[in-house]
Amino acid sequence: MSAATVSAPATTPVREGRIGLRANLRHIGALARRNLLQIKADPESMFDALLMPVIFILLFTYVFGGSIAGKGHEKEYVNYLVPGLMAMMGLNIAMAVGTGINDDFKKGVMDRFRTMPIARSSVLIAKIVVEIGRMLVATSILLGMGFALGLSVSTSVFHLLAAVALGLTFGASLMWIFILLGLTMKTAQAVQGVAMLVMMPLQFGSSIFAPTTKMPGWLESFTSYNPLSNLADASRNLINGGPVAHSVWVTLAWSAGITIVTAPLAVAKFRKKT
Amino acid sequence: MTRNDIPRSDGNAVEVRGLVKHFGETKALDGVDLDVREGTVLGVLGPNGAGKTTLVRVLSTLIRPDAGSARVAGCDVLTQPRELRRRIGLTGQYASVDEKLAGFENLYMIGRLLDLSRKDARRRAAEMLERFSLTEAAKRPAAQYSGGMRRRLDLAASMIGRPSVLYLDEPTTGLDPRTRNEVWAEVRRMVGEGTTVLLTTQYMEEAEQLADELTVIDRGRVIAGGRVEELKAKIGGRTLQIRPADPAELLRLADAVTRAGLDGIAGATADEAGGVVNVPIVSDAQLTAVVALLGEHGFALAGISTHLPSLDEVFLAVTGQKASATAAQDTPELQEVAA
Repeated sequence: MSAATVSAPATTPVREGRIGLRANLRHIGALARRNLLQIKADPESMFDALLMPVIFILLFTYVFGGSIAGKGHEKEYVNYLVPGLMAMMGLNIAMAVGTGINDDFKKGVMDRFRTMPIARSSVLIAKIVVEIGRMLVATSILLGMGFALGLSVSTSVFHLLAAVALGLTFGASLMWIFILLGLTMKTAQAVQGVAMLVMMPLQFGSSIFAPTTKMPGWLESFTSYNPLSNLADASRNLINGGPVAHSVWVTLAWSAGITIVTAPLAVAKFRKKT
Repeated sequence: MTRNDIPRSDGNAVEVRGLVKHFGETKALDGVDLDVREGTVLGVLGPNGAGKTTLVRVLSTLIRPDAGSARVAGCDVLTQPRELRRRIGLTGQYASVDEKLAGFENLYMIGRLLDLSRKDARRRAAEMLERFSLTEAAKRPAAQYSGGMRRRLDLAASMIGRPSVLYLDEPTTGLDPRTRNEVWAEVRRMVGEGTTVLLTTQYMEEAEQLADELTVIDRGRVIAGGRVEELKAKIGGRTLQIRPADPAELLRLADAVTRAGLDGIAGATADEAGGVVNVPIVSDAQLTAVVALLGEHGFALAGISTHLPSLDEVFLAVTGQKASATAAQDTPELQEVAA
């Protein structure tokens, strides 16, 4: 299968082998297993995925929900908020990837991976696969909390799953940005700082927490271009009913665009990092 | 992946020609040529910043050279990096294992990345743990390992794929003497099994212990090379330093050693400023003989130690100056005792 198992007679030049798809998947599997074992060894690293959805949903429903939707209308606000928070989970987990990868990539084990006959992208893809799993955990807890607080799906289970899948897709594309950031910046703290700087306006300057119609005009136009607004609107209409085609396509286009631009840059950065 | 598959080129497992790598103004490698014959150990000796690690990183495809060429196990570092990576193992100064993972999991992962089946990866991991005396620690995270255990795990990880060429980049830096000896024993064993080793080190002693041939590099250039015995002959052997309990006995002690005319020992010098007697020796037998002699004479001793030529002395020696020049500077009041 690989050139190494082919017996090359003496003095014949070695043929540079390629890494087949199956081998590549096997490598990604082995590396993803490593990422899972790291979580097992350090369960506290799951706190963000486990607790963040709980804190955000309680905080926003009870602290802001009354003011935004009107006292006594908290339940209606839950139906507005939860789809928005689904969009936010992706952003938060993706940010953690950036800081995590910065730490991880300082370790000697990365040198070992880079001196092994594997595609270098497999190290990054394995990380993303596991992080998508973490996103799924966070989203499930969020939905569980949402249902407990009165969330109702007026469309279908299929629509709900589509909303979850859309959130994961967009979140995965965001990870490439944060991986690139994590590989570029010197320290995990710097990554965190920059990430927060980018994240805060994107999060709050969106339709995640409140309808944008009451915002000043300039902010409203910013939110309409904010991909998080698109994602939040798409999830919202998928769960609560409403036109979805436009916001879904825009979100998918953003995901594809971000991945196409940042994934090759991140892999190139990883290749060159010494 | 057995050794029989490895293409051979004139008996050299590593061939480096005119290798150049600059980092800005720093010339980490400034035209390095070297060969490592198959199945031998080449010691690359040099001070910090000499370019040793850069050399290893180029040869393991971690960085691309600016100029020159290098072939390892028949593969070109620039055009056949993937095949090259199948044939090498790397153990660096910093252990390249995942500290959060158990020893077994580290080795199993490497096996899977090397395309072993699950069963083979498990078997090979267990084999390597056994061989490196880590079976009992197999399930503990590497973070809990001692420095020596971690280095052994690192070696084990490098050996999973049965590499034909192994790079050891300062493998014992920061290890205590006992652990260092363990690592040395393991390296000898690998060489015995046919692995070619390129070893970088700052320690003359390490090079002496392990290497068949030596290349001395400084500021990115090869400044000397040859068989260990040849270089040793240039540099001279060790110095035995004896510190009598009573400094007044210095001269008497030096005189006694000189007069005894022990086999191969030319004489002894008393260093009154340092409070020691220096005896140049070339073998352990001579060390034993001197110690026995001191016992017979009943000298009370405060300390005794052997001193290898420092890397500075090696450089002075190989660049044509006398190694003793530095020794003389260290002990200006060195006094020759007449035989």
